[in-house]
Amino acid sequence: MDTKEALYNYCLRLGDNNLVLGQRLAEWCSNGPILEEDLAMTNLSLDHFGQAEFMYEYAAELEGKGRTCDDIAFKRNEREYFNALITEQPNGDFAFTMMKHLLFSAFAQHLYESLSLSNDKRLAELSVRALKEIKYHFRHSSEWIVRLGKGTQESAMRTQYALNELWMFTADLFEINKIDETLIGIIVDSNELFPAWKKTIETVLNTANIKIPEKVHMLKGGYNGKHTEHLGHLLCEMQYLQRAYPNAKW
Amino acid sequence: MTEEDKLKRFNICIEQDEKIEPKDWMPEQYRKTMIRQISQHAHSEVIGMQPEGNWVLRAPTLRAKKILLAKIQDEGGHGLYLYSAAETLGIDRGEMIKQLHEGKAKYSSIFNYPALTWADIGAIGWLVDGAAIVNQVSLQRTSYGPYARGMVRICKEESFHQRQGYEIMVTMMNGISEQKKMAQDAMDRWWWPALMMFGPPDGESVHTKQSMQWKIKRESNDVLRQRFIDKTVDQAHFIGLEVPDKDLKFNEATGHWETGTINWKEFHEVINGNGPCNHQRMKHHIKAHNDGKWVRDAALAFAETEKNDQKQLITN
Repeated sequence: MDTKEALYNYCLRLGDNNLVLGQRLAEWCSNGPILEEDLAMTNLSLDHFGQAEFMYEYAAELEGKGRTCDDIAFKRNEREYFNALITEQPNGDFAFTMMKHLLFSAFAQHLYESLSLSNDKRLAELSVRALKEIKYHFRHSSEWIVRLGKGTQESAMRTQYALNELWMFTADLFEINKIDETLIGIIVDSNELFPAWKKTIETVLNTANIKIPEKVHMLKGGYNGKHTEHLGHLLCEMQYLQRAYPNAKW
Repeated sequence: MTEEDKLKRFNICIEQDEKIEPKDWMPEQYRKTMIRQISQHAHSEVIGMQPEGNWVLRAPTLRAKKILLAKIQDEGGHGLYLYSAAETLGIDRGEMIKQLHEGKAKYSSIFNYPALTWADIGAIGWLVDGAAIVNQVSLQRTSYGPYARGMVRICKEESFHQRQGYEIMVTMMNGISEQKKMAQDAMDRWWWPALMMFGPPDGESVHTKQSMQWKIKRESNDVLRQRFIDKTVDQAHFIGLEVPDKDLKFNEATGHWETGTINWKEFHEVINGNGPCNHQRMKHHIKAHNDGKWVRDAALAFAETEKNDQKQLITN
């Protein structure tokens, strides 16, 4: 794998994380616990689709086959998506969604911070853009986790349950494969981000009185296209029109 | 000042086209009418998120997804400031939602029709938002200040919605035969319900007379409907869409398009709860509201604790 191909694949990973999260957040549309949050979640969703779009645009340019960002977003099969497993997990209740976003946005914040210093100018530039938004996502989800953790008994219970269920997907975020190895120098080794991420998460969870579960078996594989069963259904719905009318322009 | 003097002052205010503001005296019936109309408008914006939300996950391109999400957000935002405008009249949002769930408050009947294909998203933006704009532009001059100012803001965003809807229709009419069929089908299903959005004909409208006197309503249902028809028929023809009305004809003398008879029986059926989606829309809204109760409770409990903690800090 040469650097260009690796970078193409790496952009797919960044794009796919956003696409899948955007899709999941959009599921909240008209289902939020209060109108303000309905709007907040669709707004976050919108940010993720925007980020997916510019990551795919860069990927398409690197690939140089004249494909569009929509070709890349809508016309691949399950095993050709490289998003982290946590992003594709179903929304669950509001605490579950907020926990998912806390864990992911804290990761993305540290990742984009490091990528904004990349010597690949374009990647650095896109990461700066994404970082601005993801900082807000982190603030939003961390504030909610504290609110829910310290709110009522029920909300604390639901928040703790969410973390217990999601913790097994966190190591997957920091996995590295051939793509990462090829790109060392352009991107940072994800393992180096782990301590900072852990510290960020612990600060929020401590404030919220939520405990990190012990002895959890970690599930991994998203960056290699080995997903949970949930992704296929998400793609099925998302790709419906593009698949049903392959010759149509929208 | 006696009640009579207050009423006199109110009437002069209306006559001179001045706005009524939240702290001004107003007849109880005026207040009730405004609450009914503004809350109905707010509920419509919020319930309208459902048929469009139904297509967010299946929108065919990233751009389409972004535009649709932004549009739905706008609608929700309109809902928010309309609820706030209604709150200036002495009712809170919780009470308005309760009235909606109990069937005491209504929302626009148009959202009781289903969004079946992607072309429906085009038709909703173009026809439904298009009809709403005609109504709302007129309401910019309504007599209640907060509502009138809300309309100014809303109209700016609605015209963007209508354009995005029409753009979807244009793209589909320029597309493959299946897309054209989808677009015409959406036109066939949404045209008549869109005309009904302006309400019953002037002779039969129960609220119109008093609302016109109080300048809540500035133009009649039929006048607004005609304005929409004239604008929209040409837009349909321009992209090759047929208007599903065999009696449609252009009257050279008046310069207006004349339509066939609207099926008012259907209109009343849908208003009375028998449209294709009445039950579904309400069930959806009630479920989301109930499912979210523990979140709202938690947020309130947390705010309460924080407040007490701060109090303690101050007294210590």
